[in-house]
Amino acid sequence: MAVKTDVLSKADMGGGESILAALAPRVIGGLKHAATRVLPPVMFLALLLTIWEIACSSPGATLPPPSTVLSDTWELIIDPFFDKGGLNKGMFWHLASSLQRVAIGFAIAAAVGIGLGVLIGQSTLAFRGLDPIFQVLRTVPPLAWLPLSLAAFRHADPSAIFVIAITAVWPIILNTAVGIRNIPQDYRNVSRVLRLNGFEFFFKVMLPATVPFMFTGLKIGIGLSWLAIVAAEMLIGGVGIGFFIWDAWNSSLISEIILALIYVGLVGFMLDRLIGFIGNRVGGYSSQ
Amino acid sequence: MSAYLSISNVGMTFKGANGPFIALREIELEINSGEFVALIGHSGCGKSTLLNIVAGLTRATTGGVLLQGKEVSDPGPDRAVVFQNHSLLPWLTVYDNVKLAVDKVHSKTKNKAERDAWTRHNLALVGMDHALDKRPQEISGGMKQRVGIARALAMEPKVLLLDEPFGALDALTRATLQDTVMELHAKLNNTVIMITHDVDEAVLLSDRVVMMTNGPAATIGEVLNVNLARPRNRLALATDPEYTRCRQQILEFLYARHRAPAVHAA
Ligand SMILES: Nc1ncnc2c1ncn2[C@@H]1O[C@H](COP(=O)(O)OP(=O)(O)OP(=O)(O)O)[C@@H](O)[C@H]1O
Ligand SMILES: [Mg+2]
Repeated sequence: MAVKTDVLSKADMGGGESILAALAPRVIGGLKHAATRVLPPVMFLALLLTIWEIACSSPGATLPPPSTVLSDTWELIIDPFFDKGGLNKGMFWHLASSLQRVAIGFAIAAAVGIGLGVLIGQSTLAFRGLDPIFQVLRTVPPLAWLPLSLAAFRHADPSAIFVIAITAVWPIILNTAVGIRNIPQDYRNVSRVLRLNGFEFFFKVMLPATVPFMFTGLKIGIGLSWLAIVAAEMLIGGVGIGFFIWDAWNSSLISEIILALIYVGLVGFMLDRLIGFIGNRVGGYSSQ
Repeated sequence: MSAYLSISNVGMTFKGANGPFIALREIELEINSGEFVALIGHSGCGKSTLLNIVAGLTRATTGGVLLQGKEVSDPGPDRAVVFQNHSLLPWLTVYDNVKLAVDKVHSKTKNKAERDAWTRHNLALVGMDHALDKRPQEISGGMKQRVGIARALAMEPKVLLLDEPFGALDALTRATLQDTVMELHAKLNNTVIMITHDVDEAVLLSDRVVMMTNGPAATIGEVLNVNLARPRNRLALATDPEYTRCRQQILEFLYARHRAPAVHAA
């Protein structure tokens, strides 16, 4: 017995060593990865901040240097959740209401865009009739829709949501239609030989074949929505990151504007990544 | 008593941008149950067009196709097609690609467990039961064609239509797949129409070789009976006089009497 335990414990020790030995290259690999991917942006960010700090530290500078921005907005940064009533709310609440408008507007755009995309992708008649109209309408700048939608809806919120939806809908329509037109004839032939009905064809062939294209459109769409909401909120007022920026400008709080811009950029980046992530999960195959 | 499958007076004219284009004219062919027919001809003569008409994917402008006395008017699983570029759905696994067809075609005749078993059985027939959970892009070209064949066989078609199924494969893979197709034909006794560019493949596999003239307005030029006993063995056949005769006759048709249309240098 004693001998056996001895052998066992030796084996255990050996096992432990070999795990360490196996882990070492992976740890080193991870560090290498961090060094090559994380280090460069951090270095360039530091460089940019330094240049900014130096450029804006002179007495005649019109914009504050990063150090001043940080000290001016410290209260806002450490407490994003305060709510003192009215429009005097923390950054979180402004971003949340902007995101809520984007979510509703974008959901409408996605539903309408995919529907219309399927229509003009499948039907040559619909394509010929609608494509020229869409090509013209999609060049109208988002904010140009705002007065019209205010006139139609008479309330700030639905107008902003309409602007989001109309901005995001075009790339979703056009990319979905391209995806559908790109379904290989072979897949259609297979469906015909199998006698799939319209419903089965839609869910088993058309949708999976088009998902990568749809998500390209959705990704462009979410980016445009976020661009549009900030601009629209500047005009309509109320709680929202766009109005926060406008309000800060009117009170000459330049540091707050800069902080808001950083948040806008980060949130926009995260929205883009979120759609990309969902797209990879849903259409997680690489076409041949 | 009429033939199992009869193609009578089939003609096909495409409406092109610069006037109508006559692809096929006066195609007459009768095929018996269990027969293996190869369709050979130069590129662009209209082989795929003819196969698609039999499949019901394309409608002939004149004439028609009768299968067991019934007119072919639209595509259906009784005329399963294996396409040249396999046409497996890339988002489905090997198993699910075949299962899609099984679920659709045998929804009324087989229960859930039977459909699962039938899917596995057909994949085993083509030797692909080891890769059930692989996606098409993870397997080789030859394996994709095997899965395509399994999917077609799983439909229990009256006629199996193969459009140059091995055209894109290397010679060695091609040979093993030809052997598989011969074994399957011996076992299941399907009626098969297969398009090929390969003279040896045509002689090795088929009971009759249908040779098509060049387009435009291509038609059947000659039909050759291959009187070779089955099972056939490619090594033994190499020196068989009947094999040599068939090969010679096809080569003569394709290269002496119906040369590929000359490509004019610009
Ligand atoms: N939809 C179509 N519209 C117009 N012309 C067509 C159409 N389909 C085929 N053709 C023409 O009909 C002729 C026959 O085409 P088909 O694809 O049947 O040839 P094939 O014998 O299968 O050639 P390959 O061996 O290269 O596959 C070709 O000249 C082709 O250009
Ligand atoms: Mg062809």
